[in-house]
Amino acid sequence: MKFIKDQSSDESLDLVCRMCPMHLLEPGDKLKCMQKGQILEVLTDYDGALEDIPDWCEKCGHEFLGLEEDEDCYKLYIKKKK
Amino acid sequence: MKGAYLDHASATPVRKEVLEAILPYFSEQFANPSNVYDIGSQIKQVVEEARASVAGLIGATSEEIIFTSSGAEANNLAVKGVAFAKQKKGKHIIVSSIEHHSVLNSARFLERLDFEATFLPVDAYGVVDPGRLAKAIRPDTILVSIMHANNEIGTIQPMAELSAVCKDNGIFFHTDAAASVGQTKVDVNELNVDLLSLSGTSLGAPKGTGALYFKKKVRLMPLIHGGIQENGRRAGTENVPGIVGLGKAAELAQKELPEKETHLRKLRDLLIKGISERVEKVEFTGHPNNRLPGHASFCFEAIEGEALIFMLAQAGIYTNTGSACASKALKTSPVLGAIGIRADLAQGSTVFSIDAANTVADIEYVLEKLPAAVARLRSFSPIWGKEIPEYEEDVCT
Repeated sequence: MKFIKDQSSDESLDLVCRMCPMHLLEPGDKLKCMQKGQILEVLTDYDGALEDIPDWCEKCGHEFLGLEEDEDCYKLYIKKKK
Repeated sequence: MKGAYLDHASATPVRKEVLEAILPYFSEQFANPSNVYDIGSQIKQVVEEARASVAGLIGATSEEIIFTSSGAEANNLAVKGVAFAKQKKGKHIIVSSIEHHSVLNSARFLERLDFEATFLPVDAYGVVDPGRLAKAIRPDTILVSIMHANNEIGTIQPMAELSAVCKDNGIFFHTDAAASVGQTKVDVNELNVDLLSLSGTSLGAPKGTGALYFKKKVRLMPLIHGGIQENGRRAGTENVPGIVGLGKAAELAQKELPEKETHLRKLRDLLIKGISERVEKVEFTGHPNNRLPGHASFCFEAIEGEALIFMLAQAGIYTNTGSACASKALKTSPVLGAIGIRADLAQGSTVFSIDAANTVADIEYVLEKLPAAVARLRSFSPIWGKEIPEYEEDVCT
């Protein structure tokens, strides 16, 4: 797992308290509305997302930039590639 | 037999237009809205149209609405959902002492899980003092829940002042508007609330329907886990006919509200004036002005409200005691206790809740039958005309 710090983002998606498969469905919908090269921040407290989101990025052709641990959730960063 | 149904706070008939809108979704259009094929996505679209109608009624956006099975479920989701989601920040919540049991008992349930709850007292009209709310707030307070209008005494709270206290302190503010949506204008922006519960039961929608409004910034822990319905916030295949009905009822309510409110106010005032003139020793409960337009509540001295309700029902008049405690548990209503009504007087609680279909003739019929029913019950009463000593009665909590 790649840890990063102070990553900026163009859009943010708060999925705290929500579980599988919302951590994959909502970023998918959100990225459709974003421009190529823009960065999406996903806030989640769902542990499964730590494995699922990098895998999902690879399958969908987006770049997983890394994650940062916040006080009450994880912040995962995805760069839209296509 | 002549009659008058004046218990719309308990249940309203499903409107003809609502019923017509609902029926196809039991049979011809039965697909699951989560399905990706065409007949499923068509149903999903219908659900979203209903969501937009409900949002429109209260000045919200579709993304801010979660469909529930009732106002009670919406209250549970608001109180417990926020508490569970924010417990790392603090474990203290504030509710008023005259909330619906779905709020009061959610707060008590949270107390069992090591949360702390403050139950705010109210004045003689059932109004929460914003100054008292400000004093009750602590550094660990995460939620305030105060109902918009009380179902038992009709009082409407000073929402602007109460929400200002919450905003000043950065605390989420929830209101239970189950009694007021469809009766009077309810706009989430004007009320300045973060969460709001509503019910289909008093809106001309089918029973078993409700919704929770929540601002996007509010994190809610789901109470029902499972699938992706309601964007992962409430699992379970949607009650499509119910949702369609709630949407149609909301659409009609939005169109008809200004005219309806005037009509209700007229009938309510006629009823209050008529009872005050015709029946002695009766106490009007709730706020005289800031109250629901279709709500009139009284405590008749030296009678049991339950007995009066049965007597009136024999004449085809349907009303309520206003409280499940009084009706079923034979205890004093916590709402009437909180506003300082004497325990013996509280036993004579009777609530009239009026809706658009009621007429002046309905009110005149009640005014014709009620005085005789009260007089007859008082003629049996061992306490009528006697001084009642002060005593402590078990108040339903």
